[in-house]
Amino acid sequence: MKFSLSWLKAHLETDASAAEIAEKLTSIGLEIEGIENPADALRPFRVAKVVEAGPHPNADKLQLLKVDDGSKEPWQVVCGAPNAKAGMIGVFGPPGTYIPGSDFTLKPAKIRDVESFGMMCSARELELGEDHDGIIELEAGAADAVGQSYADYANLDDTIFDVAITPNRQDCMGVRGIARDLAATGIGSLKSIGSAYREAQLEIAGEGSGPDVRTEDPEGCPAFYARTVSGVTNGASPDWMQRHLKSAGQKPISLLVDITNFVMLDLGRPLHVYDMAKLSGGLVARKATAGEKLTALNDKEYTLDETMTVIADQNGAHDIGGIMGGAATGAGDETSDVLIECAYFTPENIARTGQKLMLTSDARQRFERGVDPAFLDQGLAIATWLITEHCGGTPSEVTRAGTPPTDQRTIAYDPRQCATLGGLDVAPDRQKAILEALGFTVSCSREGGDPSPDRAATEEREMDPGLRRGTWEITVPTWRRDVSGWQDIVEEIVRIEGLDNIPSTPLPRKPGVAKPTASPEQLAERKARRAAAARGLNEVVNWSFISEKEAAPFGGGSWSLANPISEDMKVMRPSMLPGLIAAAQRNAARGASTIRLFEVGRRYLENSEHPTIGLVLAGESRARSWQAGAATRFDAYDAKAEVLAILDAAGAPTDKLMDFGEAGDHYHPGQSGTLRLGPKKILASYGVLHPSVTKALGLKGVAVAAEIFLDAIPLKKKSGHMRDAFAPPALQAVTRDFAFIVDADLPAGDLVRAVKGADKKLITGAQIFDLFEGPSVGEGKKSLAVEVTLQPIEATLTEEDLKALSDKVVASAVKLGAELRG
Amino acid sequence: MSDSEAIIAKYLGQIEAAGDGDALEAIRVAALGKKGEISVLLKTLGKMTPDERQVEGPKINGARQTVADAIAARKEAIESEALNARLAAEKLDMTLPPPSTSKGTVHPVSQVMDELAEIFADLGFSVATGPEIEDDWHNFTALNIPDTHPARAMHDTFYFPQTDDGGMPKLLRTHTSPVQIRTMMDVAKQTDGAGEPIYIIAPGRTYRSDSDATHTPMFHQVEGLVIDKGIHMGHLKWTLETFLGAYFERDDIELRLRPSYFPFTEPSAEVDLGFSVENGRRIIGGDPHGPNGGWMELLGSGMVHPNVIRNCGLDPDVWQGFAFGCGIDRLAMLKYGMDDLRAFFDGDLRWADHYGFDALDVPTLSGGVGA
Repeated sequence: MKFSLSWLKAHLETDASAAEIAEKLTSIGLEIEGIENPADALRPFRVAKVVEAGPHPNADKLQLLKVDDGSKEPWQVVCGAPNAKAGMIGVFGPPGTYIPGSDFTLKPAKIRDVESFGMMCSARELELGEDHDGIIELEAGAADAVGQSYADYANLDDTIFDVAITPNRQDCMGVRGIARDLAATGIGSLKSIGSAYREAQLEIAGEGSGPDVRTEDPEGCPAFYARTVSGVTNGASPDWMQRHLKSAGQKPISLLVDITNFVMLDLGRPLHVYDMAKLSGGLVARKATAGEKLTALNDKEYTLDETMTVIADQNGAHDIGGIMGGAATGAGDETSDVLIECAYFTPENIARTGQKLMLTSDARQRFERGVDPAFLDQGLAIATWLITEHCGGTPSEVTRAGTPPTDQRTIAYDPRQCATLGGLDVAPDRQKAILEALGFTVSCSREGGDPSPDRAATEEREMDPGLRRGTWEITVPTWRRDVSGWQDIVEEIVRIEGLDNIPSTPLPRKPGVAKPTASPEQLAERKARRAAAARGLNEVVNWSFISEKEAAPFGGGSWSLANPISEDMKVMRPSMLPGLIAAAQRNAARGASTIRLFEVGRRYLENSEHPTIGLVLAGESRARSWQAGAATRFDAYDAKAEVLAILDAAGAPTDKLMDFGEAGDHYHPGQSGTLRLGPKKILASYGVLHPSVTKALGLKGVAVAAEIFLDAIPLKKKSGHMRDAFAPPALQAVTRDFAFIVDADLPAGDLVRAVKGADKKLITGAQIFDLFEGPSVGEGKKSLAVEVTLQPIEATLTEEDLKALSDKVVASAVKLGAELRG
Repeated sequence: MSDSEAIIAKYLGQIEAAGDGDALEAIRVAALGKKGEISVLLKTLGKMTPDERQVEGPKINGARQTVADAIAARKEAIESEALNARLAAEKLDMTLPPPSTSKGTVHPVSQVMDELAEIFADLGFSVATGPEIEDDWHNFTALNIPDTHPARAMHDTFYFPQTDDGGMPKLLRTHTSPVQIRTMMDVAKQTDGAGEPIYIIAPGRTYRSDSDATHTPMFHQVEGLVIDKGIHMGHLKWTLETFLGAYFERDDIELRLRPSYFPFTEPSAEVDLGFSVENGRRIIGGDPHGPNGGWMELLGSGMVHPNVIRNCGLDPDVWQGFAFGCGIDRLAMLKYGMDDLRAFFDGDLRWADHYGFDALDVPTLSGGVGA
């Protein structure tokens, strides 16, 4: 909401400076978003008279002027404007002046060998308009003002405030409401509404009966007041109104239109004016019929439905009630008889209609926030007065159809609640004064007329659960629809008093060191994240939404936005990997040779969101080096190593994990796997990404990836620190190596499990340390070498013991078809 | 010169001249071996009379000892020379680089979330979470934002075609405030409506359909909620001052509270953070009233609206408290100096190397949450 200081002063008697007012506005919740004075840029420009105009000796299109700006000597000015002539009054910028519209600073210059000092300016050069065909020509009467600052002469010296109005403060969507709020702070006093309008007559007698208007939709339009003015002459609105409208960012159009806009901006009261000649019969507020069409003032056609309120005559709808008028029946230059509509529309209905039509307007903003339901008569009277004052004409009586909801709310309030909720101790009489300045009526029932309870009684009642039963009865003004409870009353007082005055109060604190608060899940996630970073992975944060194309290889997403910001950000990711692959691709395109990325976030499946760690490794697993030679690429085991390390850090029982397949179609079918605790409990999947997936996302070369499903990890609910009792074994462990020839497709994990199972007490480890395939082991065969660790428990193992154990190991392996290599 | 003296002199000369282990061994054999010259001499002692032995014994034994010691000394010297020579030959170019290991990083958003958890843990707050795909009730209605409320238009909500039980479209949460609702409802349920004190923060992803230089459609927010008896705006102010002072690690943080409007708080306040300029750089803290000082909008806050408390099944006449919501990305930018929000979500490794945190930079109260 924009308005000028002079406009504000029409309602507020104050000596405060613009800066003081701006600071106060912000401090009471009317946040200043901008403050400027157009005159600031125009200070050096003066009203000046061209005393002589003659030809330029060296140029046909230039003239040589002598300009009197009140200085001792007239300035010699070379001027190219065709309208420059002796005797005219214009606007002069002396040398050294910055020209805002042309972005340069005037310097004395020689133009075609003739010296020129300063410049007579066009409207565009002063950013006062678009006109650049000639210099500004002021009325002849301006001769008296020669030498005066142009900004002062033209009344441009006026600060313009731009204030953000929060959605609860409809009453401040008019300058008067802002003035009322300011007055409550003591920065000035609110003038009566009559004085703000100088000769305003709040009761204007009408001649003849009021127009035929009625409401058939009391739910959407409970009140429809109207009157006509016959014999008006439309035209340009007066300067003061144009200046106010311009300060609000509104373009003046014509008197009739400007008056409705002015009343709305000044008093927060939207109006609509119809050209009677364009109406047929009376006007009715009714629900639209489904499919009814209306072309609004913005020249767009809207299709309405039966929940929307329109104002219609017998030919159809002419106004989307409370939102925007129709193009066909608005006031124009030829209009001579007008009907002024001053209605009350139900906020919820306006909001729904506006949302459905995706149509916003100044009127909608006010009606959906709730205009003052008790201001219909005054609003109509003021508009009528402005029209008759400026356009002439004869007003009719007022027709009042329906009744606006003017019931006033009362709130029980205890002045101590200001401190118990607002944290600010404000003297009750001060509280009362603030509320009354804002238009509230305060009646102090318990303390009689004196709103100052004594201190002891206050403290005694601090413990009283009945404290919240107020001792004051406060009546809320009709324009404050937002105030509904005692908490709102507290807010009114603390905001006017100043939130900065609230003293900081420490929260109650339990004695001793703070207790741990993190849940096992949160701890697991933190550890997993830092484990991944410690292993050399870089954490990234990707968008939760991806494109349909990216989601497709991962089974598509269950959640697609109805209103995505773009097609690339449409589907809630079913997997962490598409975003990571895309990030890897971007890094590869920037020349990164090694890419290790991980992200901790959620996957969004049909019924729930799953915390997950995703990782992608691409490029070189090891760079070429003078020691190791050529660079190496990542393989599926790199992914598996990360998975195991991260799972371990997160607290998963990695010793109990089982290798499974079925990692998903987005992986290489032969180089991927899952790690599970039981067939259905998948903790992680990993592997080489399917070439078609990396190719689709533009990532070149082999990339490996993994996902760790954090919510599948079984976590101990109680994080005790006590461990099982343990002493290192007294006897030294021994190792024995075995080499087996097995079928080429036998999983090594099966052999390891068989070997370990040969003696569950003594064998504590079995590690594959060699894998060999070749002619020497035979077609379709491979050799696997296993180092078996034996941990004696009670006595050192004898040769016989070792022989027996070896036989058991071999026998166990043979069951898988293995053959001990000789 | 006696025999033994001559023998000693001969062998010491040879030992001195011996150039390697083999030559020395040959000398040892010639002198001290089974048939060596000194060994042979020693054997003659047995045939001597006790008197002769009295004289010759020490001489011959002395010669044996002297030669043996000389050989041992020479052997050690030769070995030492050989080791030195070998080590000299093993010289490497120590300017060559060792095998490299890659350095990982923690994203600043994660780091800040950990910092917040640490700071607020000290104030007695725990961390709560909730779903990002929310329903209309938790995101709006329960927060005192009915469907006709003008504040809805300010939320730029992302919607899904799927609807909730009430027929309203599911949506992406526009703020972390629905976690307030879920937490209060859980407490109401667990305590049968009696209620108990609640001190939580809820960091997480939030979404609004807004994209420009300073807005991304996904961003991070942290919600704070205190519900207790006798909590008022002074506590809110203290909590924010304390938290921001700890977070920015400065004692001179100044806040400005401005009245504002959020449907779910009453009274409501926007909080501005004072800044000043030190060494040509804008920093948080210092004198915001000074020549280069000023205020920047940081967060929204207020006393939880009684309707919200009631909507969650608690009695607003018994329980009251405050809530605040603050952008985590912005907190990170202000503390660590990033100027481009969009880079947070680009995954650029160069950015991660510069702005990321070491895995071991775990925020702690003793070490400082500033890592």
